Amino acid sequence: MSEPQMNKLLPPETEVSRPFWDACKQGELQLQQCQSCDRLQFYPRTICSHCGGRELLWRPVSGRGKLASYTIVQRGISRAYEAPYYVVLVDLEEGVRMMSSLVECEPGAAEVGAKVEVLFQDWGEGHVLPVFRLRDE
Amino acid sequence: MRGKVAFIGAADTEVGKLPGRTPMELCAEAALKAIADAGLKKSDVDGLLSCSAMAQPLMYPAEALAEYLQMFPRYCMAVGAGGGTTFSAIHHAASAIVTGMADVIVVAMADSMRSGLTRDQAMQVQASTGHPEFEQPYGPTVPAYYALIAQAHMAEFGTTSEQLAGIAVACREHACLNPAAQMRDPMTVEDVVSSRMIADPLHLLDCSLVSDGGSAVVLCSAERAAELRNDPVYLLGAGEGHTHEHISAAHSLTTSAAKAAGERAYQMAGLGPQDMSFAQLYDCFTPTVLVELEDLGFCAKGEGGAFVDSGALKPGGSLPVNTHGGLLSHSHPGNPGSMFALTESIWQLRHAAGERQVANAQHGLVHAQGGIMSSHTALVLSRDGG
Repeated sequence: MSEPQMNKLLPPETEVSRPFWDACKQGELQLQQCQSCDRLQFYPRTICSHCGGRELLWRPVSGRGKLASYTIVQRGISRAYEAPYYVVLVDLEEGVRMMSSLVECEPGAAEVGAKVEVLFQDWGEGHVLPVFRLRDE
Repeated sequence: MRGKVAFIGAADTEVGKLPGRTPMELCAEAALKAIADAGLKKSDVDGLLSCSAMAQPLMYPAEALAEYLQMFPRYCMAVGAGGGTTFSAIHHAASAIVTGMADVIVVAMADSMRSGLTRDQAMQVQASTGHPEFEQPYGPTVPAYYALIAQAHMAEFGTTSEQLAGIAVACREHACLNPAAQMRDPMTVEDVVSSRMIADPLHLLDCSLVSDGGSAVVLCSAERAAELRNDPVYLLGAGEGHTHEHISAAHSLTTSAAKAAGERAYQMAGLGPQDMSFAQLYDCFTPTVLVELEDLGFCAKGEGGAFVDSGALKPGGSLPVNTHGGLLSHSHPGNPGSMFALTESIWQLRHAAGERQVANAQHGLVHAQGGIMSSHTALVLSRDGG
């Protein structure tokens, strides 16, 4: 086993996922869209997990969605994660679900179904991750 | 497969805090005790299934166990499906007996999650759960994944923290009747909801134990079993369901593949949830039991909380759940955790469970899941070979 984690865990990018992370660095959320069946998918894959299509293009999405669920972690996974912090599942308007964090949100303010919007956070060592905050309306 | 395979041996080691004892030592002890319980010698065994231990990771854990015991099986395999490992292994073992790959199979598993891992190693194990690229960086802990399920169920159906707590309390009431259980102090709903918050809405006492321990069973054909003992426990049904690995890829947070697994097991058995004298449901965290009660047909979807409130799960209830105390109060040594639910079910169906015996138990359902509600296996066991 390695030493206790002193830095946040970083996503191990792959050739297939790199456009997703490159877009995050540009402040944009992009998803793969299948050119055969038009479906969007997340996480990135070499094939469309719905129809098996192999032609997948990257498409910018709204970054808006709703909380499918959330929790507030009271004991962090390592010293690099200062508790309490949110871990959430976001359903994007375009129909895909992703895990993320909810930021700029006091404990007690989040609820299932709440509207959220994406923003981008520096995760260290040049990595930028999409996170979400509550959206007024 | 229905009724063609029977359990003829069952044994647990001590559980709890067992410093200085390796998973291999615990696994070997459990295996030999189970073989003795079956009235057999190790040379009678020609199949061996096991799983890897986090406190002693091995590339070939089943082969290593065979070597340690100097057994020379013709069928030997390690199964890895997280908490679902136990019953996936049983499903494999039963298939192997029916197809003639082996005649007498030992399934033995152990781990030392409590004494064999440092605190930092344990946190590393947690951090390695989840999708490395699209989940782990956000810092989810294992309780956090299950908290997402609980929160979704509460939002959709109005389930309360007190109802979740009622599951832990029912398991504790069973454990109080089991001298082998790790946690035997009486506990109330108030104790659970006032315990430290770990990941909203899960409190410390909504979370299972961390334990050392091992357990084993012996299976053979129903014909052979009838020659060996007068109280074999028959496997009437087995079913699996697999929908995802990562919780962010689950199609539903509140309905799981326990539904498909249960339907397949009931169909094979020719029985339904109403026929079960008890159920041992995978309880790494209280919300798993809630979802499983619904998915396995013991109550309607969304009514798990009310079902808990009815007292059904408790000793003497209409559906006693986790009669040994479960992962919440008996023990949870990691992947082998559900082995103890299986050995308990065998003792219940032999009518040999002592003070905690479910009156006139005829059939029982045991269920386990691995991943984050990902891989599910349900088994229907019976005193009656049908």
